[in-house]
Amino acid sequence: MASLSARLPLPGARGGTAAARARRRRRLRILAFLSPWLAGFGLFFVYPLAATVYFSFTRYNLFTLEYVGLDNYAYLLHDRDAWTAMRNTLWLVAVLVPLRVLFGLGAAQLLTRIKRGAGVLRSVLYLPYLVPPVSATVAFVFLLNPGTGPLPALSARLGIPLPDFFNDAAWAKPGLTLLGLWAVGDVMIIMLAALLNVPASLYEAAAIDGAGAWARFRHITLPTVSPVLAFSAVTGVIETLQYFTQPMVAGKVASGRADLPGVQYSPGYPDGSTLTFPQWLYDQGFRQFNMGYACVLALVMFATAMAFTVFLLRRFRAFAGEEAR
Amino acid sequence: MPTTTTRRLAAAAAAAGLALAAGCTAGGDQSGKGPASGEKQTIEVWHGWSAPHEVKAFQDAVAGFNKAHPNITVKLVNGQTDDRITNAIRGGNPPDVVSSFTTDSVGQWCQSGAWQDLSPRIAKSGLDLNQFPRAVRSYTEYKGTRCAMPLLADAYGLYYNKKLMKGEQPPKTMSELTALARKLTVRSPDGTIKVAGFMPSVQYYEHQVQHLAPQFGVRWLTDDGRANFSGDPAFQAYLKWNKSLIDWYGYDNVKKFLRSMGQEFESSNPFEKGRTAMAVDGEWRTRFIQKEAPGLDYGTAPVPVSDDRASAYGGGFVTGTVIGIPRGARHAPAAWEFVRYLTTDTGALVTFANALGNVPSTIPALSSPGLRLPPQFRTFLDVFKNPNSSTTPPTPNGNDYVVRFEKFTQEEWEPGKVSDLGQALKRLDGEVDDSLKLAGG
Repeated sequence: MASLSARLPLPGARGGTAAARARRRRRLRILAFLSPWLAGFGLFFVYPLAATVYFSFTRYNLFTLEYVGLDNYAYLLHDRDAWTAMRNTLWLVAVLVPLRVLFGLGAAQLLTRIKRGAGVLRSVLYLPYLVPPVSATVAFVFLLNPGTGPLPALSARLGIPLPDFFNDAAWAKPGLTLLGLWAVGDVMIIMLAALLNVPASLYEAAAIDGAGAWARFRHITLPTVSPVLAFSAVTGVIETLQYFTQPMVAGKVASGRADLPGVQYSPGYPDGSTLTFPQWLYDQGFRQFNMGYACVLALVMFATAMAFTVFLLRRFRAFAGEEAR
Repeated sequence: MPTTTTRRLAAAAAAAGLALAAGCTAGGDQSGKGPASGEKQTIEVWHGWSAPHEVKAFQDAVAGFNKAHPNITVKLVNGQTDDRITNAIRGGNPPDVVSSFTTDSVGQWCQSGAWQDLSPRIAKSGLDLNQFPRAVRSYTEYKGTRCAMPLLADAYGLYYNKKLMKGEQPPKTMSELTALARKLTVRSPDGTIKVAGFMPSVQYYEHQVQHLAPQFGVRWLTDDGRANFSGDPAFQAYLKWNKSLIDWYGYDNVKKFLRSMGQEFESSNPFEKGRTAMAVDGEWRTRFIQKEAPGLDYGTAPVPVSDDRASAYGGGFVTGTVIGIPRGARHAPAAWEFVRYLTTDTGALVTFANALGNVPSTIPALSSPGLRLPPQFRTFLDVFKNPNSSTTPPTPNGNDYVVRFEKFTQEEWEPGKVSDLGQALKRLDGEVDDSLKLAGG
């Protein structure tokens, strides 16, 4: 745009100086229009990010600040809890995100086929998403608790004992995954909107060409909804990397412990299996006041989210390109 | 142009740096400022109690102060958390007095200056700190900086179910406890636990390491503030006692029992339900039993000690609520008058303790005839006064060393994953020391 305006004579412009002034005025106008966004971007993204990087080189307890160079980064290398938290979080990203996308897509696909009672079924599938995460998690832990829950008692009577979700380190993350799948309404609703937007004429043409159900899904449905799949996957990864409330509440309720004077619940019950990266970040920053180290953890989380996002967007672009060919 | 741009960038960077520096040092100390305590003024007091009876208890305790200092109006703000307190101090707009339910952060608050050092005011007032038990004095200061005063306390003891005890007396040593636990345990035919004599696992509610390990005489930190797990044989003695009883029950049986317990602060609590014969708990359990299991016939006693420390029987773990004056308080002299009154006036402490069912935190208040508490409460008053009672020492990163030891016990020791205990404790020492160093300790 700038080069075009430079070539075109502007009203009132006299020679090179007038044109330059006009260009400057035009740039200022554009900047003035952009300024609210720029101010917000600077204030709420650039400044916090720069401050986080700065604090990551300091020992900062909210009151006193001391430059410590790379000490915080060095500590991360042998912080066993941080690596446990990272492994748990990546497990959830690798299992929960794809399952939520697949489950949401499957539920939406089912809803497009159902003629009667679709509205009721939509509501039933969407409602769990509206339940506040704390309430939903508490209810899940109670329902699945072998000592107090009705589901293990019922399944035991039927001769199919349920695993000890939330109390057994091997089953705590699958328990959280079940909880995530139960509240899949958000993914389902955008998948449904995307599926309903696929032109029916494409299916009709494919049917005339003799394409079966799988071929229609593979070559029409998937490419058409791939932007929504990409969106769900990327937002799912970011949300899961920030997974805090559900594992915190599940661990705390399952352990039966309460915060008391002199005693605080340490996240991760049972045996560190529900310790996620954001929980460890919170613990370091707001319980132990290691704000500098918490900033290092925040930067690691930011870098991981960026890496996943770039990877997923590239994969989905490649997928869409392949379909286009 | 490049020069101008560079200058602008430099100016912007300098401005950002100044803003950052200003942000980091917000809430400058005003400890010497504010109107004198004799002038008419209003002080704001933040505390954590929120239940109606608790809020009323605080108001009642403050009533005496209002009579003694009619020029100072006290504005109470209830339901405040440590996070809010820290944020207010950090933002440079704190109240005049703050209190916290936990002693965990005292080290951090004292070290950073977030709570003012009260020593000059204590000296000026001629306040005798010996009216507080030794353990209480230790959890309200850090490395000589006394930034907090004690406001009520908690003490831990052994609760026992008289019916399940079948006439046995409460044990005084750990070997007596172990023998009695085995004797009183009732198992189902498949070996699972129906009634546990005593559940040693750290996962049993208040059987956490900081409540039981001190009975073996552990010293959490060395004199120079380093971790002491591998250096103090008392830790190994505690762990071996814990494991021997767990192995007798069978680890899988213990896990099954623990998973079936329900919530600590509900009527399903296994001690209140008669599923455990003996349990270590805080003094507040007396109130819960009054409310949730009024028919329970129980007694209380000090927690047993290791056999080699029989003379230390009578002590236990103590902790409590702390109160102080934050950095930046606008009416510091009046705030000190309030803190001094509330933490040392026997009438106020007794009113408060009666209403909340907590232990009053001064020695004169502990023997006040005004205390109206259930007979089983006597044990906790005695434990609190006992010179063998102890607490966990403050550090710049709270009770991180306790949390790490607890995790080690729960996740590695109890399931039997540790082959070389000495090496494992050395590793734990290293982790605790690294974490302390991270926090500037």
